[in-house]
Amino acid sequence: MKKIYLDYAASTPIDPKVLRITNKHLKNNFANSMSLHFFGQKAASAVEESRKKLAQIINAKSEEIVFTSSATESNNLAIKGTAFAAKKRGKDHLIVSSIEHDCVLESARWLLSQGFKVSFLPVDRYGFVNLDELEKLIGKNTFLVSVMHANNEIGTIQDISTIGKICRQKGIYFHTDAAQTFGRETIDVEEINIDLLTASSHKIYGPKGAALLYIRKGVAIEPILHGGGHEGGLRSSTLNVPAIVGFAWAAEIMQKEAKNENERLKKLRDYMIGKILTQIPRTHLNGHSKKRLANNINISFNGVEGESLLMELSFAGIAVSTGSACSSKNLMPSHVLQALGLPPQEAHGSLRISLGRYTTKEEIDKTISVLKKIVEKLRKISLF
Amino acid sequence: MKSLYSKQTLKHFRSPHNFGEIKDADAMGEAGNIVCGDVMNLYLKIGKNKNDEEVIKEAKFKTYGCVAAIATSSVITDLVRGKTIDEALKISKDQIVETLQGLPPIKIHCSVLATEALAEAIYQYLLKNKRKIPPDLLKRHQIIEKSKKIIEERYQEWMKLQKAIKK
Repeated sequence: MKKIYLDYAASTPIDPKVLRITNKHLKNNFANSMSLHFFGQKAASAVEESRKKLAQIINAKSEEIVFTSSATESNNLAIKGTAFAAKKRGKDHLIVSSIEHDCVLESARWLLSQGFKVSFLPVDRYGFVNLDELEKLIGKNTFLVSVMHANNEIGTIQDISTIGKICRQKGIYFHTDAAQTFGRETIDVEEINIDLLTASSHKIYGPKGAALLYIRKGVAIEPILHGGGHEGGLRSSTLNVPAIVGFAWAAEIMQKEAKNENERLKKLRDYMIGKILTQIPRTHLNGHSKKRLANNINISFNGVEGESLLMELSFAGIAVSTGSACSSKNLMPSHVLQALGLPPQEAHGSLRISLGRYTTKEEIDKTISVLKKIVEKLRKISLF
Repeated sequence: MKSLYSKQTLKHFRSPHNFGEIKDADAMGEAGNIVCGDVMNLYLKIGKNKNDEEVIKEAKFKTYGCVAAIATSSVITDLVRGKTIDEALKISKDQIVETLQGLPPIKIHCSVLATEALAEAIYQYLLKNKRKIPPDLLKRHQIIEKSKKIIEERYQEWMKLQKAIKK
């Protein structure tokens, strides 16, 4: 059975060229990039070259890029790091959107326990943050606004340039988690007034274990990892040279292909959405029909529960994701779908299908035909 | 394929036994709530065996829910068939989990869904036929009712929240 991977938003397979380069560095470029000898300097120059490449993608300066191990770590550093720096200036309030990734929400909730104040910015039915509410929430003690560029579950792309403008006017830092858009969508940190930005390698066909946090020069931030003073003292840890080099190559390839690839994916996406909504009754699209990631599809199937759907698809060799409660630890459906205002049945019956570089029309057609049968089968068992 | 679920669970999930409705059921029990993502209806047909005891002749289910919810629903319809009411009431969640060769810890609550639906069906049956309800069953019924109420409140809160968002 030919397997079909439609979970590119969770992770991507490594690009073959990136794999070759990463392997080469893993084998030959082993030294500690902090070492002064020529072995170390060879590693250091590979890191710096990568830093430069990655900075260019978002129109940042090399020295504004801090390497980390994951988007989770970058988001933790952005949120907690600016919080502890803000505390010194007597500021203690941050605003995060209610549909952020768990690593942002949990960091914010942890800060609550440390005496900080957190506002959770509501979203409308498409997942767009309420901009009027944002302006209202900003107070004299606010130091940070964190709103993700595009949502990982429903694909909604936020109006980050307006958010950037609001934050700049009020003199507040703006952080955006761009894990789903870095290399895919055009991002210019100068034009959009972004002060901190998170990006990750494994979402763009790079190796796992490398990510970055862009920190605008002059932003007050404290490290969360203390030690040997790597990355300008902001992130102590021996650098993962091969993964970083792979990350930079992956980003470069991604950016080069982005325009054509996004066009191709959008066509496939809209084709699949159209087919599902018309051929399978009692379905509806979550998120916005146009302002969404080129590769994201999120659909609720009334009368069937997401985990059951996912498992049946998995048996048929098709890999997707769900926001159902049954796949989560707290047995509540995804906080993103809840924030959209979906009734329980629709929140429990959602599937996220994310397309990628190797997705073909044949795969989409196959998936639709399998999905039709599975939904029919599960609805026969179901009460609704 | 190595899975979170046991072979037996997946077998019941993929080819569930006795799903559907019994139109002229003698008893129906409902358990679970859509807020939690699992709802089960259990239908029973009750008759006499050759010793003139009341036994469950037929059981069918309809379930909205995850893999574990569907598998436990399927298993209980097998387990109750031919049992007297007293015997059926003795079926425990552990017995269901055992028959399924184990459930992931986070899914154990799904096995309760099945025993609750069964207890509710029998309770409704006895009530309808004006029969004496064993104290244990009455207690179980009261607990189920209470938790239904709590979840119903959660549901109302949810809908209130959703309305606020949609504005």
